[in-house]
Order: sequence, then C-alpha cells, then structure tokens
Amino acid sequence: MTRVAIVALNTFREAVRDRVLYNLIFFALLMISAAVLVGEISIGIERLVIVNLGLTAISVTGLVMAVFIGVSLVYKEMDKRTLYALLSKPVRRWEFLAGKFAGLLLTLAVNTALMTLGLIAALLYVTHTLAPADANLLVAVYFILLQLALVTGLALLFSCFSTPMLSTLFTLGIYLAGLFSADLRASGMSGNSRALELMTRALYYVLPNFSNYNAIHAAGHGRAIPFTLVWANTAYTVSYLLVILLAASAVFSSRDLK
Amino acid sequence: MRPEVRVAVPAIAALFLLLFTLQVRIDAITRNLPLQKEELLLRSARMLKKMSLGYDALLADLYWTRTVQYYGLKRLNDDPNFELLSPLLDLTTELDPQLVVAYKFGTVFLSEHPPAGAGRPDLAVQLTRRGIAANPEEWRFWADLGFVYYWYEKDYANAADAYLQGSRQPLAPIWMKAMAASISAQGGSYRTSYFLWSEIYQSTQDAEIRKNALKHLQTLRAEEDAQHLVEIGKQFFARFHRYPAFSRDLVSAGLLPAVPVDPAGYPYVFTPDGSVRLNPSSPITSEKISPPSKP
Amino acid sequence: MSTWAIETEGLTKDYAAGFWRKKRRRALDALTIQVQSGEVFGFLGPNGAGKTTTLKLLLGLIYPTSGAARILGRSISDVAMHRSVGYLPEQPYFYDYLTARELLDYFARFFGYTAAERRERVGRFLGMVGLEAAGDVQLRKFSKGMLQRVGMAQAILHDPEVVILDEPMSGLDPLGRREVRDIILDLKRQGRTILFSTHILSDAEMLCDRVGVLVGGKLQGVGAPEELVSIAVQGMEVLFDMPAGRALPPALGAAAVQTGSRLRLHVPEAELYATLELLRGSQARIISVTQVKATLEDFFFRLVGNQKTAGHAVEVPGK
Repeated sequence: MTRVAIVALNTFREAVRDRVLYNLIFFALLMISAAVLVGEISIGIERLVIVNLGLTAISVTGLVMAVFIGVSLVYKEMDKRTLYALLSKPVRRWEFLAGKFAGLLLTLAVNTALMTLGLIAALLYVTHTLAPADANLLVAVYFILLQLALVTGLALLFSCFSTPMLSTLFTLGIYLAGLFSADLRASGMSGNSRALELMTRALYYVLPNFSNYNAIHAAGHGRAIPFTLVWANTAYTVSYLLVILLAASAVFSSRDLK
Repeated sequence: MRPEVRVAVPAIAALFLLLFTLQVRIDAITRNLPLQKEELLLRSARMLKKMSLGYDALLADLYWTRTVQYYGLKRLNDDPNFELLSPLLDLTTELDPQLVVAYKFGTVFLSEHPPAGAGRPDLAVQLTRRGIAANPEEWRFWADLGFVYYWYEKDYANAADAYLQGSRQPLAPIWMKAMAASISAQGGSYRTSYFLWSEIYQSTQDAEIRKNALKHLQTLRAEEDAQHLVEIGKQFFARFHRYPAFSRDLVSAGLLPAVPVDPAGYPYVFTPDGSVRLNPSSPITSEKISPPSKP
Repeated sequence: MSTWAIETEGLTKDYAAGFWRKKRRRALDALTIQVQSGEVFGFLGPNGAGKTTTLKLLLGLIYPTSGAARILGRSISDVAMHRSVGYLPEQPYFYDYLTARELLDYFARFFGYTAAERRERVGRFLGMVGLEAAGDVQLRKFSKGMLQRVGMAQAILHDPEVVILDEPMSGLDPLGRREVRDIILDLKRQGRTILFSTHILSDAEMLCDRVGVLVGGKLQGVGAPEELVSIAVQGMEVLFDMPAGRALPPALGAAAVQTGSRLRLHVPEAELYATLELLRGSQARIISVTQVKATLEDFFFRLVGNQKTAGHAVEVPGK
C-alpha cells in the first residue's frame, strides 16, 4: 500500500469514529423524507421537487462536512503534535497532505453515495419507476462530488497555515466568489470601466468556477448532460486540485512544526 | 527555497494556463446547451417572508440584486424570455414593500416589449397596485400606474384616473393634476409622452431605467420630427408637384434652414409617397416605435 | 565516508521573536558534535537549552537556519533515512481515537511489513513496554505514563539503528523508569546508537557513554560523565547521632546538619581525625565516615550558575 493510501485510510477511520458524520447522514435522510411529504402537496412535479431538494441537501451537507473537517485536517495534527511521531517515519510531507485529502474525499464520497441511495429510494417511492433520464441524476451527483473535492482541497490548503475559524471564512469566501464569478464577469462587461471589466474577467478565470458544476436544473428536468461536459469538468477539477495540492505542499513543507 | 516550492511555482503557472483553456471549452459547451428552464424554488412570497427570520431587508436586497442581474444577463445574451422577472419582483417587494426602485423597474421592464422587457403590462399594473396598497400616500406609485396605462396599455381612462388619484396625495407635484386633465381631454400626445418619459428619466438613479427612458425620448422626438417633416413635404409638393427625394431638397427650396437629422444625427429619409421614415442606419430604428394614438 | 552515526556541523536555529518579529532568538548556536555508532549519548541541560530543538532538527520537523547534520551518513533532509531512525517526542500525543495496538499497527505500515509481521511486532513491543493488557484501550484513556510507553514502543518497533529519545523518563514512576533504562541498555547491547535528552542527571550518569551539556543554545562541554567532573575527593562526611541530653561540641555545632536524630558534618580530609576526637569526647555515636565526590550535578550547577550571571539565551541582533 502506498504511504498516501496509509494516511488516507487512517483519515477515513478518524472521520468514521467521529460521531459528527452520523448526525449529518440523519439530517440528509430527514430532508429527503420531507421531500416525500412535499411531493404530496404539489401534484405533477413531485419528481422535480424531490430531485431538487435531494440534490441540494446532498450538496449542502457535503459542503458543510468538507469545510468543517477540512479546515482542521492539518491544523489539528500540528496543534495536537500528533504530527511529530508521524513525520519521523519515512513519509514525505506531501504524501501526508495527499493522504489527508484523499481520506476526507473518501469520507465525502461514501457519505454522498449513501445519501444518493436514499434519494433514489425516495424517488422510487414517489414515481414507482425509474426513467432512463434518471441516469442524469448520477451525473449531477458526480458533479457535486467534484465540487466537494475542490472545496476540500481549499480547506486543506488553508488548514496548513491558518486557524480553523479563519480557514472556514477563507474557504467559504472563495467558494461564494467562485459561485458568482460568472455573474461578476457579466456585470463587469456591462459596466463602464474597462479596468473593472478586465479585473472581473481575470477573476473569472483564476477563481475556481463553481457554476460549471450546476447540473441540478438539468437533472430535475431529466435533461441529458453532454459527456463532453463531464469530461471537461473532470479535467478542470483535477487540474485545479493539482494547483491547490502543489501550493499546499509548498507552504507546508516550508513550515517548522510548532 | 525548498524543492517543493521550486517545483510548485512553474507547475502552478502551467496548470492555470490549462485551466484557462478548459474553462473556455466549458463555457462553449454550456452556452450551446438548450436553454434551461430556470427555477425559483420558492415562489410563495409570503412563505419566504416567514422564513426570513427577520432578515427581510437583507433578503430583499439580495433578491433585488438577483433581479437586476437576471435582467442584465438576459439583455447581454439577447434572451427574450423574462419568465422569472415578475416572480422575482414580487418576492423583492414582498420582503421590502417600500423599495421604490423595484416597483419602478417592474413598471418599465415588465411592460416593455421583448427583447427590452417581458411585454406584460398587466403584471406591471398588478405590481404597482400592490405598491399602492403598501404605500397609499406615496404619489409615485400612482404616477407609475398612470404611466403603464397611458403608454403601454393605451388605456387613457384609467391613466387619467390614476394621475388624478395620485395628484391628491401629499407632496404630489402639480403636473399630476395637469396630466390627468390633458390625458382626459386629448388622450395620447407627443407632448404628454415626452413629458412623462422625461419624468421617468429624472425620477430615478437606476441605470437601466434611464437608458430605456432616453431611448424612448429619442424615438419620440424622431417621430415628432417625422410628422413635422411630412407637413413640410406637403408644402414642397404643393410647389413642385412631387415629393422631395432627399432632405436637402427642402433646404435648397428654402423651406428649412438646415438638413433635418434625428436625435442620433442621421438625416431623415423621404419615401416617394410623401411619408417620412427614420434613416435605416440610425440606431433609433432598432426600437419598435409605438406612436401615441388619438382617443 | 563518515562512520559517525549522528553528526552535526555548526547546526544553528534562530526563531523570529518580538512583537514585530524583527528580533531573532537563537535557540541553537552552531552545534558541532559527533555520535559514534553503538554509543549512548545524552544531552543535558536546563529547560529551553536547545535539547528538544536539536532533536527536532535532526528529525526534519524543523529546519536549520544554517549548518548541516547527517544521520548514518545521510542528510537530515532525506526522509527515506527515517527507516533507520526511531523517535520518541517530548510529551508525546497520539491519535486518541485509536487503540494502542491500532496506533502501533498504523505506524508499522510505513515500514512495509506484512500483516503477519505487523501483528507479531506490535504484540512483542506492547509486551516490552508493559502494555499488553491495555493494547485494545483507546489512547484517549491513557495516562501520561502509558502514553510515554506507547511512545517508546512506536520509536523502536521497526528495529532502527539509531534511536532518538526526547525525555524518555518523563512522566514515569520509578518502576517505569527502571524499565526504560533496561530497554535503553538492551538496545545498546544490540549495537544500536541511542541519543537522548534529559534533565535527570543520575540517569545520564548511569546510562551514557558520553554526555553533551547544552546551556542557552550553546554546547558547553562534551565527554564521558567521569571526565566532566573533577575526580578530586572533596572531603569526608561524618554521620553520627548524639545521645539524649548531650550537646554538640560548640566548635562543630554550627556546621552540623540535622535530619531527624541524625547529624551530618562535612570536613576537609585533613581535619577528619580532630573532628572524630571531638565527637568521641562528646559521647557521639559515629555511624559512618564516607568520601565526598563531586557529581555531575555539581558540575552542572556550576555551569548553569555561570551562565545565569552571564545572561540568558543568546540574543542575535535582528538582520
């Protein structure tokens, strides 16, 4: 087993033993049950409501987990000094970072998968059959996972040099900025200042663009998401993650441990 | 410098280049996707207000911002579908019933024909009436209501009535009463339209509304000039037994001191049958001109 | 080709200090030492002397401001070298959601052992540090002493050639300390090199082939414990008690130290017999007469005393 995998599995184990995880799953399942009730009030759009609500719940839950666990990933080990014994083993600092990242991502993936199963169950309950268009649901979930991976990466990066509270603010800040970067660019284009236009345009390409992943509308209406987009989004996410991990490695490898 | 840093810097630069190309590709794909039906999951304004937990004002600002962006993005993409404009404005004004600019925005852009707006003056009337209900002494809402009836619905009876009611509110300007009277008497006229659009232009700071009002003012002036020119053309016909081919013919004939140009600076065009059109190159022709009609 | 197990050359560590982080505090000043293979080397010094700093530098947990160091001939930046090094941190803290067994198994994975090998090793070393019974207890329930033992176990379970221990006796009761001492001696018998830091001087005296004394970030002296203390006998100590009712001879009264019913007197060798005569005359019952030798402690306190008058840790003017 590679050293990265060793750290990853231990990180996963830590998350599982951390009871916060279980609460969030209950929360999500509760949301989806609520969706079933809502479907009975508005006839004809049950599917739409359940899919929208379910995917939103999965997305929000995952986001909360990614941020709150992510910002402590490195900070906690440095603060509690558990890192001393670990880094005295033959393991490189970047392997440690990659392992922590992979471990949290694995946790999020498992959590998301379980919630998706719950969503599919709720959908089956309401519509009694699965249309082939429901495959788009899986693509939407995949896109959510890609987003979570990026957010996790950001949280990890900040965790390398700032306290959990500040890291949370930074991570959420960049997430929101990335979500609205398209709107920002649009308003820059329709404004009067050339400088502003250039700046918003630059920001659009530099910030991680979270609006790329929004497939909830399409999934809700059973509309197909082109494979080219899946491919492009995957490549985008992997590339951006590499940026983040390289940066984190550079920062973390230059630090003296407390 | 640690080796990790030395590797990271050029690698990150190269990756951002790659990200740029990927983003361009993604934008191309999403642009070609069939226009997605946008959703406002929460349509019930009352429910939203209950859920806002006292942060109505902030939520109102957020929804107002979203409304403006929605409109802006639609104009940017030349998208004539303004389905969500009315619900967004409803939500905004439910959260903050005193947000005057939202009502005014609705007055103009719910009524305007696509692609400038939703083409639904009836919704504008609804919105403005709700504004009146929430702000009964505010003369501005009556003025907006009057305007929708006058310009978009061509309903001069209701328009005059609205202006009259509005003129009775505290702080109402004198012209409200005058408007009520003149619309009652004459219905639509250039003078009235010109005045009202100027009033709209001056009464707000919102960039979109002003831009739109200016366009209307220019169109009105052009229309009026065109009418005027038709009259002069008749004089020309009386003298030379034909209509002028070019505007400058009128100048040569001494009927006009200079070549008449529209507010955008383009000379008017005469047709063989004596009517006057705006120059096809003029930017004003792109707007659908709806000249006022007699009662 | 170097034969030293551990060597440093001018190893220096400065920290930014002061509110504006302009001043530099020198935690370690140009440390140059060599530790032989198979040797037990002790770092002595008061708190803040730079002992832990040195060990952390060796393990690559912090980076030197200048200077270099090598373990088994390989640079300290070579992480693969950690395969042959074991480390016990000061006041160790481990993942509290794991049991002792799980922790050791986790660490063991980094050395490439098979599952069977891991199981065997973990069991063996848990036994060696006296934790067989607590193997499946979560670390969050461990006492300080138990954590210290786990720390020791994780430091040596991969049979490292070089073992670096930061205050290995801290938090242990006398039985625990005896066990650690035995482990260290056992490791030495196996031919491993041990470097440890401590401020318990008797341990250093008992275990070390050589000691290095660090005060204020500077190496004050290196050598075998006996070399560092003066061999000269510093006098004689007479232990006696007085029968009830009898008073001490006035000449000796002031100098005698009383503990319970026992009295102790330090006298120069030359005055021994005169003193004994005086005591006998007072009907004192002589219990023992012993030589007084200087200890490492005396050497130590003399050094530290000098340092204290000279001023605290060296301050380097900010650049």
